[in-house]
Amino acid sequence: MSRRTTSKQHQLELALRRGRPCTRGEDLDDAHTPPAAKHGRTGGRAPAGDRPAGDAAAAAARRLTGRIAAEGLADVSYAPVDSPFGTLLLAATKRGLVRVAFPEESVDATLQRLAARVSPRIVEASGPLDAARRELDEYFDGRRRRFDLPLDWTLVGPFGRRVLGVTSEIPYGGVLSYSEVAAEAGSPRGSRAAGNALGSNPIPIVVPCHRVLRSGGALGGYGGGLDRKRFLLELEGAL
Amino acid sequence: MTVSASGLPPFQRFLDAERDVVWRFLVSAVGGAEAEDCFQETFIAALRAYPRLRPGSNVRAWVLTIAHRKALDAHRARARRALPVADATIADRGGSSPSAQDEALANDAPLWQAVVQLPARQRSAVVLRYVADLPHRDIAAAIGCSEQAARRSLHEGLTKLRKVVEV
Repeated sequence: MSRRTTSKQHQLELALRRGRPCTRGEDLDDAHTPPAAKHGRTGGRAPAGDRPAGDAAAAAARRLTGRIAAEGLADVSYAPVDSPFGTLLLAATKRGLVRVAFPEESVDATLQRLAARVSPRIVEASGPLDAARRELDEYFDGRRRRFDLPLDWTLVGPFGRRVLGVTSEIPYGGVLSYSEVAAEAGSPRGSRAAGNALGSNPIPIVVPCHRVLRSGGALGGYGGGLDRKRFLLELEGAL
Repeated sequence: MTVSASGLPPFQRFLDAERDVVWRFLVSAVGGAEAEDCFQETFIAALRAYPRLRPGSNVRAWVLTIAHRKALDAHRARARRALPVADATIADRGGSSPSAQDEALANDAPLWQAVVQLPARQRSAVVLRYVADLPHRDIAAAIGCSEQAARRSLHEGLTKLRKVVEV
């Protein structure tokens, strides 16, 4: 191959790697950026994977997930939600709220577990979590005393389902002991097992496992940390 | 990204990892105006089939296979409308005034018009190799042929394009 042919080949490959100039994707999201700045082509080659292509792809992906959520094509939607505890991760299925994760919990681990236990068709979309976000805001403001959200118990086993069902009935401002919850769940000698089920409650705050204390009135345990348990009980006027 | 035996990653993570390469592929294969629709159709088809992916699958080659098919559909639809490619390129730009973006488009326009006019397999091979930066094995998987056939399509496509650049 002659030197000239090699050079032509190289020139062609460079032009191909630049990719085809995009005439629409970017314009949808940042119409005010001058096209030259968007493409960065005035100084020569813009490599594949440059920022403009990434921005356009990110914008297209956001429109996609919005559509997936609006058309009900995802099995699980999730969204971050601000709270006095920091950013909570909420996840919902078509049946209802399936997960509330505290800020220290790894987002990746939480999503991976949902993928394995519920469905891998998971997208980030705030729309399906709007009601839950609003009710949590009202609750933390002291303007809501009970949640009216449908719940999905897929992440809970049969015993845990009974324990958390009893727990859901404890009214705002009230408390029960571990042994009382165990007895009402049909296992009078199962207070330790009930404690474990409460400790792995996948929908804390909304399913009020913070309202279950030791028989003597000591706080016991809490998956989100005892400071938060105390905060919630004080918010509700139970302490 | 391959699927590990421990299970599929959440779809959102798959989308985050593959959206850029799919977007670049589609912009180059069908143009900016049609890339958006093809992108949405590609990932919605991927979402439907996603839970059936097997451990060890090469998800990038898989999603580019879908994108390749959506690009073919777009080309067929365009052919049915009998709209010459050059006109489509001008239509993309609407009535806006000339800009640096248009200039970049104009400089590379003959090349990309030639890419669009390549036979489907050659076009996809060229775009997957240079725009999506895929190795030959993954190109073969994406367009559904042997690795040898993918190399041949790529070579044939480049030979035709070189003539355009040399003019």
